[in-house]
Amino acid sequence: MSGNDVLQAVAYFVVLVVLAKPLGLFMARVYEGRPTFISRVLGPVERLFYRLCGIQPEEEMGWKQYALAVLLFSAAGVFVVYLLQRIQGVLPLDPQRFPAVAPDLSFNTAISFVTNTNWQNYGGESTMSYLTQMAALAVQNFASAAAGMAVLVALIRGFKRHSASTIGNFWTDMTRSVVYILLPLSVLYAFLLVSQGVVQSFDKYKTVALIQPVTYETPRLDVHGNPVKDAKGNPVMEKDRVMDQTIPLGPAASQVAIKQLGTNGGGFFNANSAHPLENPTPLSNFLECLAILLIPSALCLTFGDMVGDRRQGWALLIAMLLVLAPLTLVCTKAEQAGNPHFASMGIDQAASALQPGGNMEGKEVRNGIAGSTIWAAWTTAASNGSVNSMHDSYTALGGMIPMLLIQFGEVIFGGVGSGLYGMIIFAIITVFVAGLMVGRTPEYLGKKIEVFEMKMAAFVVLIVNGLIKTGTALAVSTKAGVAGISNPGPHGFSEVLYAFSSFAGNNGSAFAGLNGNSFFYNTIGGVLMFLGRFWVIIPVLAIAGSLAKKKHVPAGLGTLPTHTPLFVIFLIGVIVIVGALAFMPSLALGPIAEMFTH
Amino acid sequence: MFMRMLKNAVLSLAVLTVLTGIIYPVAVTVISQAVFPARADGSIIMKDGKPVGSALLGQQFDRPEYFWGRPSATSPYPYNGAASSGSNLGPNNPALIEDVQSRINALHAADPGNHAPIPVDLVTSSGSGLDPDISPAAALYQAARVARARGLALAQVLALVRENTAGRFLGLFGEPSVNVLKLNLALDGIKKQS
Repeated sequence: MSGNDVLQAVAYFVVLVVLAKPLGLFMARVYEGRPTFISRVLGPVERLFYRLCGIQPEEEMGWKQYALAVLLFSAAGVFVVYLLQRIQGVLPLDPQRFPAVAPDLSFNTAISFVTNTNWQNYGGESTMSYLTQMAALAVQNFASAAAGMAVLVALIRGFKRHSASTIGNFWTDMTRSVVYILLPLSVLYAFLLVSQGVVQSFDKYKTVALIQPVTYETPRLDVHGNPVKDAKGNPVMEKDRVMDQTIPLGPAASQVAIKQLGTNGGGFFNANSAHPLENPTPLSNFLECLAILLIPSALCLTFGDMVGDRRQGWALLIAMLLVLAPLTLVCTKAEQAGNPHFASMGIDQAASALQPGGNMEGKEVRNGIAGSTIWAAWTTAASNGSVNSMHDSYTALGGMIPMLLIQFGEVIFGGVGSGLYGMIIFAIITVFVAGLMVGRTPEYLGKKIEVFEMKMAAFVVLIVNGLIKTGTALAVSTKAGVAGISNPGPHGFSEVLYAFSSFAGNNGSAFAGLNGNSFFYNTIGGVLMFLGRFWVIIPVLAIAGSLAKKKHVPAGLGTLPTHTPLFVIFLIGVIVIVGALAFMPSLALGPIAEMFTH
Repeated sequence: MFMRMLKNAVLSLAVLTVLTGIIYPVAVTVISQAVFPARADGSIIMKDGKPVGSALLGQQFDRPEYFWGRPSATSPYPYNGAASSGSNLGPNNPALIEDVQSRINALHAADPGNHAPIPVDLVTSSGSGLDPDISPAAALYQAARVARARGLALAQVLALVRENTAGRFLGLFGEPSVNVLKLNLALDGIKKQS
């Protein structure tokens, strides 16, 4: 690892923590309906939203009603995203004349964007019309993020209220998330990104004449479009020549802004943020990477402020940072060390003032090693899933870090809202384990944690875990599953394990060599993303409803304080044991086995 | 109650679609086109009144008189702007080792006297397949070959490399990089003057 690698990582983390506090306190004001510095401008937008949709903003909902609202809102989203893909060919704003997207792929994409996963089995610049990108996919980037944040706020109210039968109003929480938080930040970000060269245009793709035409070999095809083979069964190749290059355009900056801020991660182009028109400069790389963790980290402090004890928020944020920071450095070190096979081939992999060195397969020069690996760790810690380098080409250890971070259960920052409600579930489990040790009824934030809460919490932790392993087992034991694998040996297994971790964890990044655009992966992936999202949201809301009903218990002598270093360490221990250790056997078959093979 | 909630769900999605799916991207486009027209439209480079590329997208070069960029894994031909993609080859995949070896062989064939170690970014494919940059080390490795092929003084070529090198942002973020397309256009510019 070079000195600059470490300095960059430090700078990323410092700026993140500095920005988290003001944003977190601002969001707390928003969700409590208190005035903020932009209320004069955006207040009318919020009220107009309610009027147009027939929403009574002060009306309270019980947890079941709240859950129903989330489900109906998401179901409407799935329907619209599916439909718009299926009929994009006859709709406007399709300058490249892309036809309708196939049914199984449309299904997968619809679930993927509504669940805040943004797994992509398509290449944006070769599949989706501008209208589909804007009105279907980008809208869900806002909607799914806002839904996650709303559920978190409902859970916080569960701790805050006592002897109450309601946990807030979903429509109000969702609307405020979009109007005051996601949209203003996205506008700011979109302009910053265009200033760096991210495209933002409705023109059709441009064509330019190449300086040096490209000659390449391609398999000769017969009249039916099948490759012609010679006597030995090898495909017959023929020479072809390209004289020009396509420059893809589209409303990219506006979409990239929200896909980074809302932990969505769905790229406008196939190469996601490795694409120079999606992430052109070192500055854009810094800004986009920062956006991944900005809201998730700030929400920790929103939580602390809303429950009336900011130390509680800091404790969770510090626990997340203590897990992420060392893993980020391990990933950077592994990639900077380079590919051992290249050592004997006369290749210079040493970092210097003149080159990044390291394992540059699948990475961009302007991002180098640190700019790629910090992103890889952050995008998987958060359930963002955007990439600026190809994780499939990472070294065994370097590629295991992102996979492991997903398998922590997407609670180390995690998705906007969803990460923190997952983390609070782990905090509940932690006080329960601590309570067992001393034989007392556990409490968290003045609420007794009893059988119902524990059942729901255990369900949340087990469901994601079970989905990942069941899915992986199914894929590697069926022909259709194995057919998608592209790399030989343990690395091929890693591709599958990573994919199912990404589905169930709602992350969306991939070891992208896996060919996921098949009926098998499109359907099973869609189902897993759905379960990974809503089978967590429902028990979380059930806990919120149950906690809201309870009385506050004043802290006594036997209460475990939950803002101390001791609690932070204990919490990390529980996350590592419950969340990650469960995956050790499967990791041994993939990345760990790969470390020992050459 | 169910019907009212369904109505709320459908209407809020509709309003959200208008607000974040239409008003937001259209407003950002209109303002961007006014404030940063060239960048919003793909940073196109013009030469003699004709577009010859984007400053942000690489092109394939494999003649000795040009600087070569990163290998590109796009399909069916390298630097296909309509289908960005990395190779997604794992570090132990024999296909990766084979590809890298054939790139090494091509570099050696174009410049047989050069026995220096090859900078790794020059033989590994980029994440997008469209990386516009190489490292300064990768440019220096090729400078003598380019100078020889064009009959230019090495110092003149090195000066152009320096002119087309961008540093780290604030001296900290990202990596120093050389824009291959701009560098090669600058080289072609010299030829015309002589």
